[in-house]
Amino acid sequence: MSVTPSAEVTVPKLRSATILNMLKKGLRASSRGLTEFRPIEIVPGYVPNADGSALVRLGNTVVVAGVKLEIGSPYPDTPNEGALIVSAEFMPTASPTFEPGPPDENAIELARVVDRALREIKAIDMEKLVIVPGRRVWVVYVDIYVLDHDGNLVDASSIAALAALLSTEVPKVEVDELGNVKVDRSSRLGPLQLRHKVVTVSVAKAENVLFVDPDIEEEKVCETKLVIAVSDDGRIAGMQKSGLGALSVEEVLVATDIALKVARDLLTTVELSLAKPKELE
Amino acid sequence: MGKVKLLREDGLRHDGRRPDELRPIRMQVGVLNKASGSALVEYGATKILAAVHGPREIPQRHLLLPSRAILRCRYHMLTFSTHERKSPAPSRREIELSKVIREALEPVVMAEVFPRTAIDVFIEVINADGGTRTASVTAASLALADAGIPMRDLVIGVAVGKVDGVLVLDIDEAEDMYGEADMPVAVAPSLGIVTLLQLNGVLTREEFNEALKLALKGAQTIYSMAREALKSRYLEVKVEE
Amino acid sequence: MSSKEARRVLVVPGEVICEGEYKVLTPNYIIKVNGKYVATAVGLAQVNEDSKELSFIPLEGCYVPQVDDIVVGYVVDVGLTYWEVDIRAPFTATLYAVDFLGRPVNPAKEDLSNYLSTGDTVIAKIEIFDRNRGPIITTKGKGLGKVIHGTIVEISPVKVARVIGRRGSMHQLLQSETSCDITVARNGRILINCPNKELEDILVMAILKIEREAHIPGLTDRIKEFIIREKVKRGLIGGEGKAT
Repeated sequence: MSVTPSAEVTVPKLRSATILNMLKKGLRASSRGLTEFRPIEIVPGYVPNADGSALVRLGNTVVVAGVKLEIGSPYPDTPNEGALIVSAEFMPTASPTFEPGPPDENAIELARVVDRALREIKAIDMEKLVIVPGRRVWVVYVDIYVLDHDGNLVDASSIAALAALLSTEVPKVEVDELGNVKVDRSSRLGPLQLRHKVVTVSVAKAENVLFVDPDIEEEKVCETKLVIAVSDDGRIAGMQKSGLGALSVEEVLVATDIALKVARDLLTTVELSLAKPKELE
Repeated sequence: MGKVKLLREDGLRHDGRRPDELRPIRMQVGVLNKASGSALVEYGATKILAAVHGPREIPQRHLLLPSRAILRCRYHMLTFSTHERKSPAPSRREIELSKVIREALEPVVMAEVFPRTAIDVFIEVINADGGTRTASVTAASLALADAGIPMRDLVIGVAVGKVDGVLVLDIDEAEDMYGEADMPVAVAPSLGIVTLLQLNGVLTREEFNEALKLALKGAQTIYSMAREALKSRYLEVKVEE
Repeated sequence: MSSKEARRVLVVPGEVICEGEYKVLTPNYIIKVNGKYVATAVGLAQVNEDSKELSFIPLEGCYVPQVDDIVVGYVVDVGLTYWEVDIRAPFTATLYAVDFLGRPVNPAKEDLSNYLSTGDTVIAKIEIFDRNRGPIITTKGKGLGKVIHGTIVEISPVKVARVIGRRGSMHQLLQSETSCDITVARNGRILINCPNKELEDILVMAILKIEREAHIPGLTDRIKEFIIREKVKRGLIGGEGKAT
């Protein structure tokens, strides 16, 4: 069952009043612009044992995404395609209010939103993941862990997932005469082929003002959020209204325009981070 | 196997509908005896039963809020509601949809009227043929109204899809599976607000604008039906001779 | 007091009632959106142009306790110094033993279930109801206390006003036509005590008929005719009953 969240970590009224009053004037308490993201730091290849990974810092929010390629059977209705499975967990390290346990509705929603964006835009060429047609394919597991929560977990996660995929090197496989597949992780075949890149842009609404990348306090005082997935070719690859409030039709259209613009910079940031030589640490 | 040809040569959809045409919609209010409010809603072959219990106290006091009622919502599919049997355990999809549907109702329910109580909304998908979450939102609204819980407006759900490049209203299962986009929307038509909006698929900005317009038009039609369904119980009562 | 008939219209949530400047007597059921008065529930909106007042009669809904309401409740739990009573509201009510018994109790020596146990019926009055706790009920007062005999008819709490009628007219009618003793509790439970089974059956049917047709005008006359017809059917009176 989904339950109205109780305000576990409340924002004191004086503080929320400050944030809202400033928003009414088009300003943010953190002195950022309404369409400005916090500083983003991306470290691709952060986890050497993963086939691909990235650590992302979005302001004080920290997320690590890892990619593992496993041999598996294709789905019955797509025998010549690999598979993609995205999951997310909010770790207890991230907030005093997160308890250990299976993913709650927020973590599930986040994983499914990131999954849908990658899947619908066909970011990964699934046909190139086939090893033995109809029998053995690569299953791409993208696992996202939120390590520190200071707001906007979705965008941080989608950036981390994209960067992790872009940094993924496909391991060498050997197929013997009997059709058995052996993975040799000491040797790499080459990078995972991505046909498209996609990121999400979360647009929050409060006091009839729309703003991107809410930090944790802004998230708690905002009325609602619209998460928009944007592809590298400027198409809308996904959407999710998330939160208790609502948006007027006009606000939905304006938020979409904002996301389409802002996404371009985000995608550039991700690409630049991968151009740098990998830090081994 | 058997990808259905979704758009015929004559421009009609595989079930004969025009792109902007809704499926036959049926709504009945007050169908359950023991629930505070209930509704049975059908969009074509999709059949949804919604029940509301409450406002009521619950043993889990720590969940309650001092200034308003909490909404608890469960979207659940019966095992035989889909082509392949669906496992009774809650799936990740059901968990996400429970959240999304609850958040579609929160903006209109006047929860502040019943502090420290829970308003429970249970949605059972009896038969799934596309658009289950949007039909669920509509059914939940009717059930809440049937329970007498004050709401700022009704919330109406409808999904728009894209098949063979054409935007279509109120997609069914085949159009959802084999189409290029699935966009469920829920609106409170008199308030003019969108309370549920998702996109599973890819649209250009222009297509998105058109899709949203199409959804709003469809929702307006369903809204009138919902009002009728609520009123008909009172207009129907014959004065016994 | 205005004697002009208020305009009544059946509305549903989100439906516009009227525009302009009016005094809203039922704020939970009528809200103002963009200068228009909108209904928030299924019911009858009443527009009184003379007094410029708007009020709402919901046709569905639960019982919301108000201080001084008479309620009929069922004991659902027995505590050390109080009982928990179901009054068909979103909250269970509390009846303190010291109130019911008129004296303090010693929980170590006395078992409250000796006085009232689970399943017993009480008539009580809402004494306190605020946002911080569930309603407190009292049985201090005439006619209040444990119910030993009678039949309870349950109707939707929003229809109670119709069973009472304007200035008690329907209540009066029911009592006089059926010779039954009727206590109408605000929480939709009606306690009736009748001289015989036939009159009790007629009264129960009449009450349920009021509930079904609450929104249709001319109810009082119809109910009177109904009761008379039923009495004739059962041979309780002869021929056509006298109309007053």
